[in-house]
Amino acid sequence: MKADEVKWNIHQEGDSALVISFPESIDPITSAHCVALACKIRGCRLPWVRDVVEAYASVTVYIDPLAVDDSTAVEVVRSMASLPVTKSEEPRPLRLPVCYGGKYGPDLLEVSRYAQCSEHDVIRRHSSVMYRVYMLGFLPGFAYLGKVDQVIAIPRRKSPRLVVRAGSVGIAGQQTGVYPSQSPGGWQIIGRCPVRVIDWSKEKPFLLGVGATVSFDPISEDEYQQLQEGAT
Amino acid sequence: MTTQASLIIEDPGLLTTVQDLGRWGAQHYGVSVSGAMDRVSLRLANRLVGNPEEFAGLEITMSGPKIRFNKNSQVAVSGAEFILRLDGYLVSSDTLLTVESGQILSFGERLNGARAYLAVAGGLDIEPVMGSRSTHLPSKRGGISGRSLRRGDELCVGDFRGESVRPCSTLKWGRRTFGGAKVRVIFGLQANWFLPEALDTLCAETYRVGTASDRMGYRMVGAPVHTCGSKELLSQAVSFGAVQVPPSGELIVSMADCQTTGGYPRIATVITADLYLLGQLGPGDWVEFLPCDRAMARKALCELEDLIAVRG
Repeated sequence: MKADEVKWNIHQEGDSALVISFPESIDPITSAHCVALACKIRGCRLPWVRDVVEAYASVTVYIDPLAVDDSTAVEVVRSMASLPVTKSEEPRPLRLPVCYGGKYGPDLLEVSRYAQCSEHDVIRRHSSVMYRVYMLGFLPGFAYLGKVDQVIAIPRRKSPRLVVRAGSVGIAGQQTGVYPSQSPGGWQIIGRCPVRVIDWSKEKPFLLGVGATVSFDPISEDEYQQLQEGAT
Repeated sequence: MTTQASLIIEDPGLLTTVQDLGRWGAQHYGVSVSGAMDRVSLRLANRLVGNPEEFAGLEITMSGPKIRFNKNSQVAVSGAEFILRLDGYLVSSDTLLTVESGQILSFGERLNGARAYLAVAGGLDIEPVMGSRSTHLPSKRGGISGRSLRRGDELCVGDFRGESVRPCSTLKWGRRTFGGAKVRVIFGLQANWFLPEALDTLCAETYRVGTASDRMGYRMVGAPVHTCGSKELLSQAVSFGAVQVPPSGELIVSMADCQTTGGYPRIATVITADLYLLGQLGPGDWVEFLPCDRAMARKALCELEDLIAVRG
C-alpha cells in the first residue's frame, strides 16, 4: 500500500475538538501520517487552533469554538488532511543508556520469570529493538515506545507502585518507556536511565517527541553513576 | 515587577492553588492544560479587579484560606459563596473589595459551590511555566513549586492596573450550583460502542460525584453503562469534559488536570458552556447529563459569553 492511500476520517468530538482518525493500528506508517498531519496543522498557526495532539492512530485538534464556526474548522482541517503527505525528515535515532536490574530494575527478575528466560536475555531483547515514540501522555515528557518483543511483553503490575523514581525504565505489554519524573506507576521496572528525558530549565524541555526513534544501551552501575554525576 | 510580597498565606485552607486559564500548546508532549476548574468565575473575578481575564488568581477548594495583605490591594472573590470577613467585618463576593495593608481576608463557612476564585488587581506575579501560571499537581509544575499553598507562602502581585468591570448581576445567581448540576453532553465518537440502553441510562439517571474525585477527574457513583463486547481503543487525546468509561462501567468525567491521552472509550463530552458548572461540584453532589447537539452547544456558549460581557 502506498503511504498516501492511508484512509482517514474526520469527526467532531464535543463542541471544541476535531479528531482525524486513521484505521486503528500500532505501526510506523500510521504513526508517521499522524505526525506529519499534526506538524502541518501546528505549522499553520491558525488563530482558532488551541492545541494539536497526535496519538497512535489519531490527531485531535482542539479549537476555540467562539473563534471559528464548525463547518469552516472541519473544511480547513479536512483540506490539510487531504494534501499529500510530505515525508518529514526522520530524526536521528537516540541512544539512551540504561543500567538494568539490581536496585534500578526491581522487576527484572519478574520479567525473566514471565518470559521464561534469563535476566540477561530480557536485557538483550529489550536493548536490541529500535523503538518509535508513538504518543506522549500520563505525565509531561512520558513517551510511549513500541513495540516491545512479545516474549518480554509483561502486563502492568497488579498493584501500582506509589513511587517510581525518575529515569526508571518500564515495560507494560508491548510498550516501554522512561519515567520523566518521580510519580506513582504500574509499569514493570527493569532499569534506570541516567539521561534526563525532561529538563524544565531548557527552552525545549522534552528530549522525545512523537515520531522519534530510540534504542537502549545497557551500562554498568559504575557507568550509570558517572553519567549521572556528569548530568548534574 | 514588585519584589515585596503582597499576600501572605496565614492558613491555606483545604486546597488552594494558583490557576489561570490553562497551559495550551504542549499537550502532544504530555503537558496537561490544567487551569481553573470554573473558568467563568476566575474570569469574572479578574474583570472585577480590572485584570485581563487570563491573569492568574487563587482557586480555593471547599474550605477557605486566611490571607494577610501586605499592601493596599484591590481584590475580588467569585465562584463558590463563602462567609467572607475582612478583619472580622463581613464583606461580599462578586464585588470589588479594597483591602488595606495589614488587613486579613478570611474565608468562613461555605454556603454553596465547591471552588471560589480570588483575583488581585495586577494578577499573581509568578514565573510562568510554558506560558501559564496554572498549578498542575500531578506533575508538580506551575504555580508555587507545582504544589498547593502552605502556611507562610508569600505571593507577589504585578503592576498592571485596569478598569474594574462589574459583570451583570443576573449571572451571579444563574451560575450558582446548589448541591448539583444539570450538564449538557454531546455523544462521543465511541458512543456506538455502548449497548443501546447505555445512552438512555446516561441521560435518565442521576449520578453523584464520588469521593475519589479531584482536579484530574470525577468518578461518578450511579448506574453503570456498558460497552458491547470488549473492543480495545488505542489511546488518544482526552480533554476536560470527556466522559470516559472503564471496563467496570462507571463514569469518569475528565477535569482540568486530566492526562492528555487515555484509552477508555468516551460515551459523551460535556459542552464547553457547562464545564464551569462541573467545576463547582464536590463529592456527594448530584449530576444529570442532558443530551445536546452541536448547534445547541454553540448557542449556549454564545449566550454565556454574552452574559459575561454584560456590565451590571
